[in-house]
Amino acid sequence: MQRRQSSKTPKQPLQGHHKNQTDLSAWRKGGRIDPEKIVQNHQTPNSQKNDRQQDSLEQALCYFEKVQDRVSLKKNSVLQKHLATVESIALQRGLPPEGFDVLLNVALSGKFADTVNTCLLKSLVPASVIPESSIISSVSWLCVGKCSGNIQLLFLKWLITVFDFIDHKEQIHALYGFFFSFLQDEKMCPYVCHLLYLLTRKENGESIQWCEMEYYFGMQSHLQALLSLYKLFCPELVTITLPGKMKTYFKNSEGPWKAAINAIRQRSQGNSPLSQPLFLGTAQPQSRKRKWNTQLFIPASSTNRNNLEQDRGKNHVDLYSTNKSFPVEQLQTFPQLLENIHHLEFPSQMGSVLTNPLLLHYMNCIKDESVYLRLNYWMGQTLQEECTWCVADNQYEDEFKEFLETVYKTECFLQEGFSSCEEFLYKSLPLWDGFCCRSQILRLVSWIPLGSFSEMKSHLYDPLAQLFFTSSLYFKCSVLESLKELLQNWLNWHVIHLDSASDSQVCSLNTTLSGLVNVVAELIQFVGWISTVSLRLENNPTFLLYFILDFYETVCIPFVFQNPNTLRLSLTFSFVCFFRYRTNLVAAKENEQSKKKILQFKFSSQTYQEYNQYIIAMVGCLWTSTAFQKDIHPQGLRMDEELLKKTAVQEFKTSFNIVYHPAMMGYAVLFLQQAWPDDTTFNFSLIKGKKWNWYLEYLYAQGLKGLKLFIESSINRVSQASHSKAGNTQA
Amino acid sequence: MAAAGGPPSAPRGLTGRGFKPRPAGNGVGAGTVMEPRTLSGTGRPSWGLLLARGHGPLGFSSSSQLLPPENTDPQRIAFLLRKQWTLYSVTPLYRFSNAHLKNYSRLLSAFIAAERQKGWAVEVGVELDIKVAVSSLPDLKGSDQDHAAILVELFSRSPASQKTSEEKLIWSGWFCCVCGDDFFENVPEDFTCLPLFLTNGAESYTAIVGSWFQKTFDCCFHRLAISPLNLSWMAAMWTGCKVDKTASAMELIFSVPGLLQPLDISYAIHPEDAKALWDTVQKTPGEITQEEVDIFMDCLYSHFHRHFKIRLSAAKLVKISTAIASAHCDGIIKFLQSQYLIGVLKLLTELAISQIQ
Repeated sequence: MQRRQSSKTPKQPLQGHHKNQTDLSAWRKGGRIDPEKIVQNHQTPNSQKNDRQQDSLEQALCYFEKVQDRVSLKKNSVLQKHLATVESIALQRGLPPEGFDVLLNVALSGKFADTVNTCLLKSLVPASVIPESSIISSVSWLCVGKCSGNIQLLFLKWLITVFDFIDHKEQIHALYGFFFSFLQDEKMCPYVCHLLYLLTRKENGESIQWCEMEYYFGMQSHLQALLSLYKLFCPELVTITLPGKMKTYFKNSEGPWKAAINAIRQRSQGNSPLSQPLFLGTAQPQSRKRKWNTQLFIPASSTNRNNLEQDRGKNHVDLYSTNKSFPVEQLQTFPQLLENIHHLEFPSQMGSVLTNPLLLHYMNCIKDESVYLRLNYWMGQTLQEECTWCVADNQYEDEFKEFLETVYKTECFLQEGFSSCEEFLYKSLPLWDGFCCRSQILRLVSWIPLGSFSEMKSHLYDPLAQLFFTSSLYFKCSVLESLKELLQNWLNWHVIHLDSASDSQVCSLNTTLSGLVNVVAELIQFVGWISTVSLRLENNPTFLLYFILDFYETVCIPFVFQNPNTLRLSLTFSFVCFFRYRTNLVAAKENEQSKKKILQFKFSSQTYQEYNQYIIAMVGCLWTSTAFQKDIHPQGLRMDEELLKKTAVQEFKTSFNIVYHPAMMGYAVLFLQQAWPDDTTFNFSLIKGKKWNWYLEYLYAQGLKGLKLFIESSINRVSQASHSKAGNTQA
Repeated sequence: MAAAGGPPSAPRGLTGRGFKPRPAGNGVGAGTVMEPRTLSGTGRPSWGLLLARGHGPLGFSSSSQLLPPENTDPQRIAFLLRKQWTLYSVTPLYRFSNAHLKNYSRLLSAFIAAERQKGWAVEVGVELDIKVAVSSLPDLKGSDQDHAAILVELFSRSPASQKTSEEKLIWSGWFCCVCGDDFFENVPEDFTCLPLFLTNGAESYTAIVGSWFQKTFDCCFHRLAISPLNLSWMAAMWTGCKVDKTASAMELIFSVPGLLQPLDISYAIHPEDAKALWDTVQKTPGEITQEEVDIFMDCLYSHFHRHFKIRLSAAKLVKISTAIASAHCDGIIKFLQSQYLIGVLKLLTELAISQIQ
């Protein structure tokens, strides 16, 4: 008989809080932490509420520990208060291990009335584990018989329910005889049977005269169950024949605790992935009637016994492998990981690494294809089977959401997308409503690995575009944000893998530089297209514009947009963008001219021409007040004279220079107010000549660094030095 | 309505005469000729049947339509016939080795004993002593690259029969792979590809055995459902197969959607009539196209409509029974002819592969 030994499960801090990958404390997986320390460690405002609860719980425990005489509940408001505290915290978060000793002692000692004792016992919901010592002292209280029969029964029911949460069971086993003697109590007998059933080991079977038991107690179902167990262990000692075909169950003694335990489990899974291994061991599919293996379930880390078995036969000598490998269950801290990194093995089920940051670190160091393959097989199947919008009758959206979240965090941690996740997105995006698990899905999109364009177009861009155009403004912004992150991840990934790619064949086909440039260019083109269309659809909202510019700042190329229908021409670009683009182009040109290096790709002359056209157009708008003229680019700014006349805007040529541009006019007004405090007519035409330079200095002083970079790099100003000198002296 | 809900009331006398195949381009999805599979070449997923819409059943290669009689010794695989098998797909097993089958039996039986003892509400009764046998079925493979099938059997020694040391088979399951090599050739050697798992017996045992395999070999099990589209393929393919004896009727069962009470329609056809119809539909022997399957099914539907004024195309095909095998959309199969066992398994292997890909 092999039972889950809770001693293996790490003791959990009272409440785990969310930890980031960069948080060093995340490496400490479990470990006994003083509740007081936790209180100190909590820095977030969110945890202040927890702190208060923690304090009041400690006060309550203190009270119950010290209470001397019999106190009546009705007359004592202090007792009422503490009782309520214990009850509510127990149901919300469960009780810490220290609480059990105090509460069991008081509940079984008979100091209070049964209503209070019942209430206390019902509140005994474990947050993590229950110390064995508290059970031992409770049994001694039971033997003294200070509490009523009902309380005794309730205690036994509780013990059966939380049996798997007790941290050690050796001493409890030593009390086997005591429990056995309780069999004589008619009321307690069924529950004691169940408890004995859980406790019985082979040696217990040998030491007791079973026939007596049968003689005394007859053949009730619970006794039969126990007897059949004894018979299994020691067939020679139990001579009676048990009825063959009968199926017997112990009475359901789950009491009020199980629901609470499950609820806390669910909640804590959301808050702290680290607490999962503990609960998964005891987690059983409760409320849901689902067939085998249809429950979303991240396995707990456990040593691969299969390998141990097989290695025993082999006598392989390895430089690193000593004769013993380090079991993953014992891996709790980062130093442990460093110490044992050469004889550590991955757990039997790779899926468990998702909830184990230490193993993720290990994964980062190990370049083994089978590791990723195992994880991908499992993840691919789980995603496919649990996808709430692909699988009919699957209503477990919250769990799926959580799972997607976990996958995303793992991808962030490893700085790498999973291929199973990519395939899942390609399969499920066409069926997605754009609503279910939205933020999770869009975040996963940002980790799609670099692929070839044909795939990206049909699997990603097409379904995404469909949703994009038919969804809300907020969704549009989210998509742009996620595509920006996708681009960033690609670029980061490429920077990291650039060196390794040159000396190995790991990344061959589509990850050469020119391949990368093509795919990136196609992404940019796609974003350019959806941005343009969406700006027209949504009528130029600034919010959307912000996300578009954000994307283009990452790309470092200008985004030029114009809306000919309404003639409310929007000039949207970022100066910083322009400057970086220029720097890149100049660098590329210099490289090309020196010709010392063989470049992996070239900018075509068209690119330079395009850039020059942009520059001319921009300078024309902002500086020389010659907007809408020299420009042959299709996306450019030139417009027919007649069309411009129709707008009835008189000074259209100047309407986009640094004074009249809608984005700048605010500055211009402030400048006018300072330069001519008495003039209230806002005569913008005053800004010219020397004032123009002052105004420029004023703009720079307002922090428009992008503008400064743009103007200083792109505009060849006549006698710039003297101008700026003059500006300086006058300022 | 005579046909609805009642026992099979087969419109007899269905022959090829009255059912000329329609010209190409008329049927739903007509013109979609199945392309040969390109599973491993690109490394791209071929979309699973779960999500395949408007495609042919990608799992079926045109060559798999041929179901040649096999040389397998009928005696050795006879125990697989005439039993209901529940289908699962399994991802490749990590570090599975044929050399350790004895060890696996021992470990699995220890695991089952432990699983059955633990828990809060414990079921006690007879079957406390379970023996596990894990063995190899070398006959069940389609090519030399396929891994030999693995059979897992659970026997109970109930207290009543203990004296006679009689063992009763209470559950069996087997992993197999028939012609799955072209997909799995890229998988590293640490992995064993046995993508199809079939079980017979209580689901509680399937759960225990499956969990043990999942834990030990880091694989995933999932139920393998068969879509109505694939069922119609099976119906057409198996209709064309030769069977020695006069076989039982071919039966199609449909369920009518959108009703408060479940309503099933059973449609039975004399096997010779069905074969005659199929022979008029199929153009090239040894090759089947989606178009041909559609025409075949449409003919059956229009015949039924003529008699009962019910359009079966609006109902969901849930089960087919032929002389070769019967298959249910929930992923349950029954093999009836040993000579076609390998052929059917090949088909199911392809379905399983497309699910785990």
